[in-house]
Amino acid sequence: MTFLKRYLIPRLVQYFLVIWLGITVVFIIPRLLPTDPVEQMVDMMQMRGNVIDPAATEQTIRTMREMYGLEDGILDQYLGFWQRLFRFDFGPSMYAFPTPVVDLIAVALPWTVGLLATTLVLSWVFGNLLGGLAGYFTRSRVLKAIDGVVMCVRPLPYYIVAMLLIIFFVYLLGLFPLGGGYSVGGRVTFTWRFIVDVLRHAFLPALSLVILGAAVNHQTMRLLVQNVKEDDYVRYAKLGNVSERTIFARYVMRNASLPQITALAMSFGLVFDGALITEIVFSYPGMGYLLFRSLSFSDYNLIMGITSLSIVGIATGILLIDLLYPLLDPRIRLK
Amino acid sequence: MTASGYLTTFREMLKDTRFSIGAAIFLVLFVLIGLTLLSPFDPNDWQVVPRDLPPSWEHPLGTNSLGQDVFWRMTFAVRNSLLFAAAAAALSRIIAVTVGLVSGYAGGVVDRVLMFVTDGILVIPLFLVLVLLSMLVREYMNAFNLVALFGLVSWPWGAHLIRSEILSLREREFTYTSILSGVPARRLVFGEYVPFILPLVFSTFINNMAWVVGMEITLAYLGLTNLLVPTLGAMINWAVTYQAMLLGLWWWLLAPILISVATFVALYLISVGITQYLDPRARIQRIGAK
Repeated sequence: MTFLKRYLIPRLVQYFLVIWLGITVVFIIPRLLPTDPVEQMVDMMQMRGNVIDPAATEQTIRTMREMYGLEDGILDQYLGFWQRLFRFDFGPSMYAFPTPVVDLIAVALPWTVGLLATTLVLSWVFGNLLGGLAGYFTRSRVLKAIDGVVMCVRPLPYYIVAMLLIIFFVYLLGLFPLGGGYSVGGRVTFTWRFIVDVLRHAFLPALSLVILGAAVNHQTMRLLVQNVKEDDYVRYAKLGNVSERTIFARYVMRNASLPQITALAMSFGLVFDGALITEIVFSYPGMGYLLFRSLSFSDYNLIMGITSLSIVGIATGILLIDLLYPLLDPRIRLK
Repeated sequence: MTASGYLTTFREMLKDTRFSIGAAIFLVLFVLIGLTLLSPFDPNDWQVVPRDLPPSWEHPLGTNSLGQDVFWRMTFAVRNSLLFAAAAAALSRIIAVTVGLVSGYAGGVVDRVLMFVTDGILVIPLFLVLVLLSMLVREYMNAFNLVALFGLVSWPWGAHLIRSEILSLREREFTYTSILSGVPARRLVFGEYVPFILPLVFSTFINNMAWVVGMEITLAYLGLTNLLVPTLGAMINWAVTYQAMLLGLWWWLLAPILISVATFVALYLISVGITQYLDPRARIQRIGAK
């Protein structure tokens, strides 16, 4: 009961407040700017060669304004914005007019979630394992060499790592396809061939995300383990002739990895951004690539839809990681 | 600290291999920036040299399909990218310091509201917000707006760190001494606290610069910045748009990518060097007293 009161309820309140703040920011931003998204959309339609007579243009603008409730007062607009959000109604997309935005997102979402979830787990496990080893066995040459590599990889943005991988693996070695989620002309089926094809296409995007994520985890974990290693209980275990392997795996790593769970929650937003950027570079058919394709159409609806859903998605992801924490840390669970 | 004091600190930090490597790369970047003054070409002119030449003595990094010299164009790109980054980081540091100081010192409701906003922004996918913003202001996108945009969204992390530092300073003896002896809050904060947080401001400034350079490259790749201004991002965008790799003009794409890598590594090593220098435990380890 105290767990519920002390941990769960404040956490849930924070969750809803953050979503409220994020969505409100997204609502306010376009209204503070000098440009009018509706006019931009109409301009874009005309630019694509459709000759519409002025009366019809006026009519379109008026209809769109009505549809989005832009004629109402700011408070009504705000409430309407939330209502449409709850119904997942983001209007039609410009990029694939008149397909509703939510349908496009529904197709792209599984790709992003799959890529993000896989790479998040892999980079957390690899990064922490290598970082922990490097922090515990400070004399090893191999681990020091890895340290040096991590030092150079860690500061690179997602975009640059993706480009480097493309240059080496695609252009120079020709081992992997340049981009896409599966081969051109392939159909989404659950055959062995299709799965292999998907994995081959996902390999480089996943690799670039794992490399960067693991580098970040590696560095923090190394420092954490270096600190934990000096603790009294470790010295006690050593004096008690507990084997180094047991100390490392069962005592040091378990204790040092707790803060890393919180770190995972803190960095989730950045990792999400990274996944979107990586998708764009590899033309991977997720939300990031959808966003990229829609940009040249100034597809305001689609971007609003992707941004709003991402805010909810990221906040939920962080909440889930935070809720995992008490399961792993007995101190919070028992308090 | 006096000028000679700063110099001693700098020398002390150069003993850290990582910091000195970072500083050395930065020196090279500064030389490149200085070379813009000697550039034989205007970076925006097209067809001033033969097209698609591989690297040679005359054109150290070759030429591109637009008839531009890649090396000289790159000097301008490095200059502009670093200039934008420094300006945006300065703006965001001003906000970060203000929010951090006020939040940390005032405490109470002010602190809770400011920290709620700060944490909220940390959670929002900034990349998407930047894309949304820059798409809406695409017609107005110039260097000034770009810098303002980056500066206005990237302060929360720094503000968070500065606040924590102030919170710990508030519990120190000298704070109580000053308050009890009637030193006005303004003098306490600006006279006593600011020197403590300056190194933190500097290291987050460097990190922020790296973030801005990276975000500029990303937005430029999406075509959301003004691509006529030579920056690292704009150079990569042109090379990708003209299919430099498929045409075998690898130098066109690889040059800006490698110089970006050098920039990011240099900025990171410098920031690590500063953090290490500030952390007494790490300093002792370096001297060797384990």
